[in-house]
Amino acid sequence: MKILICIKQVPDMESKFKINADGKWYDRTDLAWRMNEYDEYAVEQAVRLKEQVGEVDLTVLCIGPDQVKETMKKALAMGCDRGVHIADNDSHTREPIEIAAMVADFAKDKNFDIIFTGMQSQDRGSAQVGVMVAELLGLPAITTIVAFTFENGTVQVKRELEGGGKALVSAAIPVVLTCQLGLNTPRYPTLPNIMKAKKKELLTLAVPDLSGIGACQETAACYFPERKGSGIVLEGELPEMADKLIHLLKEKTGVLA
Amino acid sequence: MKTLLVAEFREGKLRVKYSQLIAFAKGLPTEASMFLVGSPNDLPQFDGTLYLADVGKYGEYNPSVHKQLLLDVIAKEQPDLIVFHHSSYGWDLAPRIAVALKAAQISEVVAIEDGVPVVPVCNAKLRRKITSKTAQTILTLQAGAFGMDEDPVGAPTVVPVDTEARGKVECHGYEAAKIEGVDLTKSEVIVSAGRGVGNPENIAIVQALAKALGGEYGGSRPVVDAGWVDHDRQVGTTGRTVTPKLYVACGISGAIQHLAGMKKSEFIVAINTDKDAPIGEVADVFVVADLKQFLPVLTEKLKAL
Repeated sequence: MKILICIKQVPDMESKFKINADGKWYDRTDLAWRMNEYDEYAVEQAVRLKEQVGEVDLTVLCIGPDQVKETMKKALAMGCDRGVHIADNDSHTREPIEIAAMVADFAKDKNFDIIFTGMQSQDRGSAQVGVMVAELLGLPAITTIVAFTFENGTVQVKRELEGGGKALVSAAIPVVLTCQLGLNTPRYPTLPNIMKAKKKELLTLAVPDLSGIGACQETAACYFPERKGSGIVLEGELPEMADKLIHLLKEKTGVLA
Repeated sequence: MKTLLVAEFREGKLRVKYSQLIAFAKGLPTEASMFLVGSPNDLPQFDGTLYLADVGKYGEYNPSVHKQLLLDVIAKEQPDLIVFHHSSYGWDLAPRIAVALKAAQISEVVAIEDGVPVVPVCNAKLRRKITSKTAQTILTLQAGAFGMDEDPVGAPTVVPVDTEARGKVECHGYEAAKIEGVDLTKSEVIVSAGRGVGNPENIAIVQALAKALGGEYGGSRPVVDAGWVDHDRQVGTTGRTVTPKLYVACGISGAIQHLAGMKKSEFIVAINTDKDAPIGEVADVFVVADLKQFLPVLTEKLKAL
């Protein structure tokens, strides 16, 4: 079986963000970067499938500047066999359809049986790319999976629904699956696997011809929201903050009556 | 300007949140019609055209078939805007329409400002305004961002729609959400643990505070996924929605899905080392502190009262 896992490198969401010079995205300097959390579940599920089936080749694909190779190495250390890096210093300016077109251009002649990806990225969060890849490749797609099994050429998944219920869905391969948090527990790469990963193939490709694709949308501005409401911020020494909080709870709620 | 609203039918019934789509459309200079794969016995209250496909025939989740039904309606109606909920149904279907129409899709709209959609990015720490450059635009609306003060009224003019398209995805029914154990919706005080607790042992610190306040403890999605807190204590879109007198969010950043589950609490206290955490947008009091240090101090003082 041939599996493709599409991942994205994103900043750690605990970072202190600043707006960049053109006011249209966050400033990419001085941030800690990591694998998009939703994609971690995708990598883990692909690796587990390989452990189950055996004869499975896992390709991890990532689009972005050179720095994304660090994140790709983690995917390789988790168990992917090879990496494909589409070198694109402008990846953060691309629209979802452009990213999907790059992935589809790579995948189109490779006959992947399953394409796993996260259901959205933690930074942009458009939740479009995975489904768009499927549409461009003419493949079925199932989103938001929180459980996965594979048997006899069919994937059986559970889709997570609002309210916590789950829908039981299946499809024959080939199929695109987008992963929701909690699908599995992503493994920490062991040191031996981190060392092995250094020897795995990591190919760099150029951005394909995207003429005729995109130019659908434009960011007008990216900014910090106004803090609404009369929130009181307490800072300083712990005992003083605790006293102030207790005072506020007595004053504003009936909870400490 | 014409708008087509996409309503949802799931687990045997029309999802009443369609009123949010109507509320959104009311805010625009537009003529709205609606599309639904649903049942003629469970119709939305809406004075307009409803393009209705029979859910008995086409299924509740059948992406490529729903896509074709919707594309046929779009070809007929020629809407400028096609509006979905940002939901497990909407984010699954909308991008398929975007690809077919080569149209811009703007996801999880929280507001329209000067005619431009606003969406959250980076765990809602930031906002982005996005303009569409295509003749038709697809929007998905964040749950609860648009709402009506009254229940919707009206009776739609139903236009049935059908298709020969067949799908490759099969549905085998549903697994209900487990609602055993504690019912947080009945608690007046809830103290919730988020990722900031760091490890399962620290849940005890959160439980101790809950006890000192006479309430229950809950958790955000990451701690439930990690197995540190049971699912019946999860607060958020895929857990419980709670409205207690007091909600204390400990080490919870305030992801949209969590906020949706608790932002209507009467009084909200957030304890977090990250001053920029989005939970600050709903907190009445924000304590900038490490919960592992602050909670024990607070708990001791409460016990001494």
